Amino acid sequence: MIEVQDIYYTYQNGFEALKGVSLKIQKGQFIAVMGQNGAGKTTLVKHFNGLLKPTKGTVLVDGVDTRKVSIATLARKVGFVFQNPDRQLFCETVEDEIAFALKNFGYSDENIKKRVDWALNILDLVQYRKVSPFMLSGGERKRVALASVLAWDPEIIVLDEPTIGQDSQQKERLRQFIVQLNRQEKAVIIVTHDIEFVAEIKPRIVLMAQGKIIAEGEASEILTNAELANQSSLVVPEIAQIFKSLRDLGFDGNITDVYEGGKAILEKFGENR
Amino acid sequence: MSMFDGFKFRNVSSPIHRIDPRAKFFYVCALFVAAVLFSQIIPLLILLLIQMPLVIIAGIEKEWVRSLKGSATFAVLIFLMNLFSLYLYGSYGSLAQILERSLAMTTRFIVLIESFSIFFLTTSPDLLGLALEQSGIPYELCFAFTTAVRFVPVISEEAQTITDAQKARGLELEGGNFMNRVRKYIPILIPLIVNAIRRSLELAEAMESRAWGASKKRTNLYILKMGAKDYSMITIALVILAISAYVWMFIQIPTLVQIFNL
Amino acid sequence: MAIVETKGLTYTYPIGTKPAFEDVSIEIQKGEFVILTGPSGCGKTTLCRCFNGLIPHFYNGEIKGEATVAGLRTTEHPIHELAQHVGLVFQDPENQLFSLSVEKDVGFGLENLGTAREEIRRKVDWALKITGTYELKDRAPYELSGGQQQRVAIASVLAMQPEVIVLDEPTSFLDPLGAKTIFEVISNLNKNLGITIILVEHRLDLAARYANRVIIMDKGKIVLNGDPRVVFSSDEAQTIGVGVPKVAMLFQFLKTHGVALSRVPLSSEEAAEAIREALAHD
Repeated sequence: MIEVQDIYYTYQNGFEALKGVSLKIQKGQFIAVMGQNGAGKTTLVKHFNGLLKPTKGTVLVDGVDTRKVSIATLARKVGFVFQNPDRQLFCETVEDEIAFALKNFGYSDENIKKRVDWALNILDLVQYRKVSPFMLSGGERKRVALASVLAWDPEIIVLDEPTIGQDSQQKERLRQFIVQLNRQEKAVIIVTHDIEFVAEIKPRIVLMAQGKIIAEGEASEILTNAELANQSSLVVPEIAQIFKSLRDLGFDGNITDVYEGGKAILEKFGENR
Repeated sequence: MSMFDGFKFRNVSSPIHRIDPRAKFFYVCALFVAAVLFSQIIPLLILLLIQMPLVIIAGIEKEWVRSLKGSATFAVLIFLMNLFSLYLYGSYGSLAQILERSLAMTTRFIVLIESFSIFFLTTSPDLLGLALEQSGIPYELCFAFTTAVRFVPVISEEAQTITDAQKARGLELEGGNFMNRVRKYIPILIPLIVNAIRRSLELAEAMESRAWGASKKRTNLYILKMGAKDYSMITIALVILAISAYVWMFIQIPTLVQIFNL
Repeated sequence: MAIVETKGLTYTYPIGTKPAFEDVSIEIQKGEFVILTGPSGCGKTTLCRCFNGLIPHFYNGEIKGEATVAGLRTTEHPIHELAQHVGLVFQDPENQLFSLSVEKDVGFGLENLGTAREEIRRKVDWALKITGTYELKDRAPYELSGGQQQRVAIASVLAMQPEVIVLDEPTSFLDPLGAKTIFEVISNLNKNLGITIILVEHRLDLAARYANRVIIMDKGKIVLNGDPRVVFSSDEAQTIGVGVPKVAMLFQFLKTHGVALSRVPLSSEEAAEAIREALAHD
């Protein structure tokens, strides 16, 4: 669906943010792009909807070169939810906010109404339909931003740091939501450095450092690799750290989940008895 | 935008950068007065050229040239305006005289722009704020000034992010008639303004939390003290002013037309 | 006498229809490291602002009950006086640094107090060194990373040498390594300088190990208040939906399946040790 072919990107001030990155993203995949601030994560994902065009190399979305179409065209396929909802909210009501993109894309009034109703429903915002987004709490504004992007049902959704400032209930809701989206064959890409969140939801991880992809693979392998963590200023998740230090007792050092870990310990007790 | 580039502070350490802003400001004023005194091209060119050593010592050649390029449009405008008004209403005779006079006026404009440009290119905003403070301007205003400067890069980055976010929702900024194009900027302006307000609220909280307003007599970590360098600059400025005044009063300055018998 | 004390504190924002929090009574002793947590909207951020007088003086609104910090009633003393005893570090690193150089920002509070220049110099250098930001002193805030900015923010509050430092979700915008560094700096201030710390946090996995007390709020009320090991292993903490540290959740899981670790761990090291011990004894 998205094919990144050996791209390089240099900002106007001369900073080379991407130094030869290649990646393929398929339908229904769930990917977390991780790495230190400045590693190039956001720069990379901004190529998916054409906000940035590579200085060298090509990005293909469904076979189309991003340099050949407008951002608005690409945006129909690739929905982008920015980190800070206050960077996009400007309408008088939540309803208008959600309808904004639909109007830009030329939906009919009837369809707009349908899509807005749908988006309000799935994100539990129906009671705020006529409320000004500025009156809502931080978490609610984040949901409005998400709703306004989901409204046009893009096939690929990019979330930039979706868990910042969220409490555990909100994160759990987000997690369930992503699972739902994946089930609908949508590709979900999150840019994050919330390792505990990633340790729970276990996406495929693309780890970046200094403009390059230094590792790609399953969460349990990448998150538990101390050397990779060093290179990318991540921290090995708490549960994984426990089992790494207990490897001498025969535990698998790649456990990141509480329940998996608990079961492994119970098994060990069972063995002993 | 490039005309403004010539006024953006460049953080290099040169002797000119370290001169007290007040001394530099005096120099700019002296040059201003001198430039306004003369309408002949020769003294104005001299005033333009004597700033060169400053530019070279300060290491700001690139930016200075950029500001020259940037002000070129205005310079041409001034040249043409002078040309036409002198031609139609002036008491000058030959075309050569009119041309020279117009060039002189343009040169005056450039002298003014360039001296201001040198000032802003070599004065860091915080030193400028400090100079304002020590010149007796109320602290609140100086603080507003330096804080505004500190947030300029932040706000311009935010404007870019907002534009990106709205483009990612299908906003197309090009195309359409004038009214349409203006309306298209609303989704960018509103978040920008709202965020600016929110930001100022957070700043106010932070300021209060660091005892803002605790004492009427605010002290300062930095202090500007005039030293030998600064007094030399003031002296140079005074000398330029004195010579200009003398020349203006007592010497009949020839025009190029007269010299070359055009 | 407690260094921070509230009695039946209730506060409603000027535009609010119901109180942000109600009937909050807590006592914090000098030298404690308290974590204040709870779901979004529980009132913890609002409560923070009562400790240095932003509430009621900056926000107005309706306040009932009393709050006392360092012996001063917050309703009776101006913010600039309370700020000398209670420093407040905010969530967004960018909007609390307003000068064009780090050391000017760190000295800002002292300048406001009319402190003599040599003393400002001394205290600024001291605060910079403790937070590990001395090398950054001539840099502009815009050039720094989020983690560096937050350390500078802490230094700027520390320079005024308050008895208490309150931090409102200081690591929200930071990556895990940055967050860890901040917690270590704060812990150092607590252990070595005896500064009382009140930390509002969601990221309890990294922070829990430093606290000697945890206060959990929900819907404007205090629900749990006590030893972290007791609080995090309680059923209530699980139901409220607070981000109970994973290691504590592991403890609970094992307990419900018949394996009792010697104590509730607050860090992966403690957990590994306890598990090893339990397996050895089995």
